[in-house]
Order: sequence, then C-alpha cells, then structure tokens
Amino acid sequence: MTTNGPGAAGPMHKTVETGVTLMIALFGVIVIVGSVKAGINWGAEGPRAGFFPFYVGIAIVAASAVNLWNALREHDKGLFAEWGQLRQVLSVVVPTAIYVGAMPFTGLYLASMIFIAWFMRWLGKYNWLMVAAVAIGMPVITYLIFERWFLVPLPKGPVEEWLGL
Amino acid sequence: MEELANLFHGFAVALQPFNIMVMILGIVLGVIIGVLPGLGGANGVAILLPLTFSMSPTSAIIMLSCIYWGALFGGAITSILFNIPGEPWSVATTFDGYPMAQQGKAGEALTAAFTSSFVGALFAVIMITLVAPLVASFALQFGPAEKFAVYFLAFCSFVGLSKEPPFKTIAAMMMGFALAAVGLDSITGQLRLTFGITELLNGFDFLIAVIGLFGIGEILLTMEEGLAFRGGNAKIDLRVVLKTWKELPSYWMTSLRSCLIGCWMGITPAGATPASFMSYGIAKRVAKRGNNFGKGEIEGVVAPETAAHAAGTSALLPMLSLGVPGSPTAAVLLGGLLIWGLQPGPMLFVEQKEFVWGLIASMYLGNLAGFSSCSPACRSLRPSCACPSASSRH
Repeated sequence: MTTNGPGAAGPMHKTVETGVTLMIALFGVIVIVGSVKAGINWGAEGPRAGFFPFYVGIAIVAASAVNLWNALREHDKGLFAEWGQLRQVLSVVVPTAIYVGAMPFTGLYLASMIFIAWFMRWLGKYNWLMVAAVAIGMPVITYLIFERWFLVPLPKGPVEEWLGL
Repeated sequence: MEELANLFHGFAVALQPFNIMVMILGIVLGVIIGVLPGLGGANGVAILLPLTFSMSPTSAIIMLSCIYWGALFGGAITSILFNIPGEPWSVATTFDGYPMAQQGKAGEALTAAFTSSFVGALFAVIMITLVAPLVASFALQFGPAEKFAVYFLAFCSFVGLSKEPPFKTIAAMMMGFALAAVGLDSITGQLRLTFGITELLNGFDFLIAVIGLFGIGEILLTMEEGLAFRGGNAKIDLRVVLKTWKELPSYWMTSLRSCLIGCWMGITPAGATPASFMSYGIAKRVAKRGNNFGKGEIEGVVAPETAAHAAGTSALLPMLSLGVPGSPTAAVLLGGLLIWGLQPGPMLFVEQKEFVWGLIASMYLGNLAGFSSCSPACRSLRPSCACPSASSRH
C-alpha cells in the first residue's frame, strides 16, 4: 500500500495492530455487558433480546484474542506509516471529526460553511473570494434542495432558529 | 417462455419517458462518479439513495442501477488514462490498460474496455433473465432453516474468500452484527445495547455504515496517496474504434471464460473486484501471449473488464431472488429496497413483477446507453480530469 523511505520514523505495524485489536476487544466487552442487561437466557416466547448479541460479543472477544496473539507473535518490524503520512491523513480526519461533533450543537449548515472554508483555504489554498463563494454557496444550495424541494429536514442549530428558517 | 413475456412487459415499463430520462441521468452521474476517485459505485449509490425517496421504487432502482453501470464504465477511464483506478474493480485494468496508454494506444484500450464491459454485462443480464425466476421459484420453498443456511454460507464464504487472516474477518463480521443489533428488537420489543442513549433508539442506520466505510475510507486513502493528475492523452476517433472491434472477436475464448468467472463471482458473495483479479490471473496463465501481460496486451484489458462487469451485474441476481447481496454495491441497493418497503427474496418476483422486470429490462437498456455514450464522452472527460485536485497542491 504505502512505501516508507529510508530512515523513516513512525508507529510500528505491530503496535497499531495490537492497539486496534484491544479496541475491538473492548467493543466486544461492551456488547457483552449490554446484552447481559437485555437478558441472555430463554424467555417466555423464545430467546430474550440479548441472547444473540451475547454470543456475537463473545465471538468478537475470542476473535480479538486470536488476532492479539498473532499480532504479538509478529516478527515483521515494519512501520505502519510514517509520521508525515499520518499527519496528512489526520489533517483530514481531525477536522472531519470536529465537524461531525459540532453538528448537533451548531446545525449542519453553519458547521458545513466553516468546514468547507477551512479545507478550501488550508489544503486547497484557493483565494478568499472562491472560498467565500463556495463555502457559503454550497450550504445555501443544499438548504434549498433538501429543505425546500425534497422537504427533508436536516439538523439545524441556533443560527437557523434565529433566522426563523 | 413466461420470462420473455415478463421481460417485454418490463421493457414497456423501462421505456416510459420518465424512466428513460432517469436512466440517462443515472448513467451520466455514474460515469462521473466512476471517473472521480474517492467516489465509487457503492458510495455513489449510497449518497444518491436519499434522492430517490420521492420517486417510485421502479424509477428509483432504475436510476441507481444506471449509476452503478456508469460507475463500472467510468472506473475504466481513469484506470487506463491515469493509472488511477476509479473503482476497486478497475485496479486489474490498470495492469495492461495504462501501459497501452503510455504506448499511445489509449484509444484501443478504452474501446476494448467498454466493449468487453458491455459483453460481460449483457451475458450476465441474459443469464439473470433466464435463471432468476428459476432461482426465485426454488427459493420460495425455503423455510427459516434454509434461509439461515444461505446466509451462513454467504458469511462463511466471506471468511474463505477474504485475503485477510480469517479471525480478522470474523471479528469484523461480528462487529457488523453487533452494530446491527443496537436499538429496538423487532421480536421482543425490548431495547438492547442502547445504554440509555436516546439517539440509539433506532440503531445505526445502514447508510451511515456504508458512507463511513466506503466514502470516508476512500477519501482518506486518496489523501494518503497524494493524487496528482498526470494523464495520458487519448484520441478516440472512429477509425481506432473500428480497428479495435475487428481485433476483439479473436479473443472470444478469453471473453467467454471471463464472463463465466464473472457470473460465478457475482452470484457468490464475492463481487466485481475479486472477479477482475481472478480473471486477469487466469488469462495471464492460459493466454497465448500470457508472458506479455503487464506490458500492454489488449487481452489483459478484455479479461478483467468482462469479468468485473459480468460480476457486477450478476451480483444483482442473488440480491433480487434470495435477498443476499453478491457485491458491496448490491448490498447498498438491497438497503435501498428495504427502505422503499420492498422485501427482496422470492416473493419479490411474485408480488412486484413490474419492479423486477422493469429493473432487468433497464439493465439491457442502461448497458446499451452506457456503452454508446461512453466512447464519445471520453474526449470531453479528459479536460475535467486535468484540473488539479486539492491534494496535489501540497
């Protein structure tokens, strides 16, 4: 997939594999806990709600255990990615995560304007006129298409409430 | 011969003006989506799925499947001209397509790609026409145990066909099951795995998973690879097209073999991508000029393209008749069916004849439309690909 230059530095493949496996195992434990709450035995009309998710959770934890074992035994000292490459990817992931996280509070349109403007200016290096035109234009067009034409409500925030939309 | 009667009725449905317009719109959108890396067939269909809520299910699925065909065609364009596979299943096309473009034979490569795609898809559609009702009527006899067995087989073959170590595939599959279990249980009416969070009442929407997995993942992959559009030049004029058409029938064996591989891979839960690789690999070993593959052999373009399109099309067969998607895009279409309130499976052929046969008829027409609009469109697509993407300015 990606090739590393000589003398590159970055997180090792082994570390990342172990970390991800542990996170998946944690997810499996959460599933098990949740399904125990819903009941894992046989009820009056058949298996209770948590019956199948319980075994799914167990399968997740078991598969993660095998993957962890394989990951720890790995002798390949290769890198997962260089820090430079990771920075490039994170430069997209982190703003996107902030965008999504802010949406319930600011609504879709305001968050989109800031998001589009940020990417256009920072990564795309377009001039401010272009940035303003697209960053404001796209959410407005989206509003018209979805809210007025398709009548599909999208998440709105305080600004739209103040404008009475 | 009841199928032929149904098929003609389907053509009548598909040839309504609105459906024709929707077909052409779908093909154009699909080619654009296929050409742009980062937007693939599966996520293109997923993103445009909500747009179809206002249409009737028949028109909606015609548009979505035409987007799919357009994406299948479009993926080949960037694979050959830019060595950037627009879709996962066009990766194998880059092996011989890009060398051909570099040698100045881009026109031949594109023509070969489109023609073999058309042939592959046509083969698969004919197969669907003949076989689908048989499979459906057979599947009507399925009880709960048989349905469980079909799904179990499908998921086991995911594990078997995947390149990843089996336990990773199992962990991922189980994660999918767990996410699907969140929310209101339809049998007991109980809430499970919501942990008191009200937003999780309806569980995780299928569309979110698809866009997150396919859309965001591909965008990040594109970021990582730092796109720079340095394209090859393609002159598609009629002479080149006719010359290539004269040359192609000599590869009928490769074509037929790829069609069969594609159909098989499409029906089993493998999809277009494994089909294209498998077909390329087998063609390389069996063909007369096999050692020349990778240096610009036209057969190396015919094999994966035929298989990928045959697989992509025949992936709809298990989706329609059994409710088991044969490829990621078929899975998204399946989600669309459920959203429109249609229950895929054998009952679809009995209760929703107009829908099913309208869809199958639109496959014939959509393919024809895609094939005939792609060749001239190539010339105008080059300027749009030449604009530098944001990441190339890094």
